[in-house]
Formats: sequence, structure tokens, C-alpha cells
Amino acid sequence: MKQFDEILHKAALWRKNNKSVALATVVSTWGSSPRPVGSQMAISENLDIHGSVSGGCIEGSVISAAQEIMKTGVPKLLKYGVSNTEAWEVGLTCGGKVEVFVEKIGDND
Amino acid sequence: MKDETLNLILTEKNNRNTIIVATDIISGEQLIISENNDSEINNKILLAAKNNIMHGKSEVLEIDSKKWFINISLPPLRLITIGAVHIAQPLAEIATISGYEVTIIDPRAAFANNQRFPDIKIMNDWPEEAINNIGIDNRTAVVTLTHDPKLDDSALNAVLKSNAFYIGSLGSKKTHNARIQRLKKSNFSDYEINRIHGPIGLDIGAKSPQEIAISIISEIISTRKKFEFNGDN
Repeated sequence: MKQFDEILHKAALWRKNNKSVALATVVSTWGSSPRPVGSQMAISENLDIHGSVSGGCIEGSVISAAQEIMKTGVPKLLKYGVSNTEAWEVGLTCGGKVEVFVEKIGDND
Repeated sequence: MKDETLNLILTEKNNRNTIIVATDIISGEQLIISENNDSEINNKILLAAKNNIMHGKSEVLEIDSKKWFINISLPPLRLITIGAVHIAQPLAEIATISGYEVTIIDPRAAFANNQRFPDIKIMNDWPEEAINNIGIDNRTAVVTLTHDPKLDDSALNAVLKSNAFYIGSLGSKKTHNARIQRLKKSNFSDYEINRIHGPIGLDIGAKSPQEIAISIISEIISTRKKFEFNGDN
């Protein structure tokens, strides 16, 4: 049967195989950000990736944060935008701003 | 997010239910918001997010000096296709990729079966009856593809008075004019008849079944976005 949320479905499958999984969700956007609020990306400990939170500009940075969050279990709110000092490394070329909430899935194991 | 929460979200989505998850974006605390939950914070969030829930708009809200991300997942959009014809095959595929839950209605089981439509829900019933059983809401698009007035009109009888956000009928201008005359005789109003997109699809010069499927899904997406832009969901 077809699943209506491929990203969460993938995350649940990884969890069933006892993998550590993190979930990144776009919670706020300003200006011309590429993906709307609610967009999600699931990341497994093997770096399997499903979904997206931007047009590809910030995924690398979100994934490295996710690896840390999978270990500590402590969620993080990541902020990206042109006004950010990080913008030179990972920013949105479109000039928008975006906040991404990253959390671990699963009880602390 | 707890495994339990993840599994609950997936179950609710697959059952076509709206689900609201509130997450404190600093601490990570998470709640499923529901009218059946009587806790104080649940009720505060329900009240504060009233407009969000009405319009299906996910957003961060400040409640009791905490920042809650209110994530509202609406049921999947649906496409109901009358006629398991050739065009229905690429249309079912591309609509599925575009996030639509597809149902094919055609009483002719020789056409409408899972060999021709793998993983697609099939109903081998008379269209009017099938549509009335499904129940059409404003997250549903309906297309008729059979060219056979017996089947297409049966579907339109059930759909023209529904809340479907899109209704489209395959057929040339001549076929469509004949359809309009028949519907007028059946006492449908001009307003109801004008809801039908016919000839169906955006004009991209489509000829092959695959191209026609793309033109139809494009028109559905475009209609949907205008609908959402007007504040509906």
C-alpha cells in the first residue's frame, strides 16, 4: 500500500532496523526560501537521506548537525540566512532566511 | 520525537486524518494536539492555533513564553479517475508522484485491475455509486476519461454538486458541447456545468497519453494552488 508520507515512513523503517535517525523540519522562512514550512528531511546513522529542507544549499550543514544530535539526543534549532555570519559557508543564495529544527527520533537509546 | 509519536503520525496520515504536532523548538518537548485531550497546555495551544488549524497553516507560535512549532498535517490530496483507459495509466503514476492518492473507478474489470494499475486503488463499481461511497471533499479532484456518456455522466451526476476542487472531462470541444447539452437537460445549472474543465488539461499541445496526463495534472496543480492562495485548504 502506498504511504502518504514517504519521509516519515522511511524514518520509521530505519528505526525498525534499530538505526539512529534524526529528523530535520523547516519551522520558519522569510523571503524567498526554496522549501515551505513543514518540509522535512530524515537522516540515518548510515547517512541515508530522504527529503529536503532547501534547494540543496544547507543540507550538508544540517546533516552534520544531525549526526551530532543523533549521538547526544539534544535537539537544535539551526538558523540560516544571508545576515548570518555563517552565510559565507552555508547560506541561502536566494537571499531568504530559514530556521530548521533537528531532533533525534526514538527514545534515548 | 518518540517512536510512538512517529508511528501515530503515520497511522493517522494513512487513515486520512488531520494530525497536529506541537514541538517546543528549544527543549524538543512534543505533544499531539487533540480536541479529546483536556490538559491545560493542549487547550492553550488549541486556542492559540485556531486560525492555523482552520487554514492548515503550520507556524511557530509563542505561547506562555515558549516557542511552539505547530505542525499541521492535512489528509493527502486525492485524485479520482473515472475510466481505466490508457491515459489513466500515466496519469495515475504522475499524480502519485505529485502526492495524490489515486482511485480508479471503472465497472469494466478487464480494464480496471491491478495488473494494469499496480498499487492503485481500484473500484469496479458504477461511478455514481462509487463516488457517493467515497465522499468527495475539497481536497479531491475528479476527472472523467471514458468518452462514454453512460459512465462519464454518471460520475458528473455525483460530482457536480460536491465540494471537489477540480472537475475535468476528457473530450474534444464537440464532445464537451454535447456533454453540456445533456447536463442542461438533466437540470444542472450553468454554474455547476461551468465547473467542468473541458476540454481537459493545460494547453501544451499534448498528443500522447503521457503528454495528456502531464497536461491534466498540471491543470489540477494550478487549480489547487489558486485555491490555496485564496486561503482555503
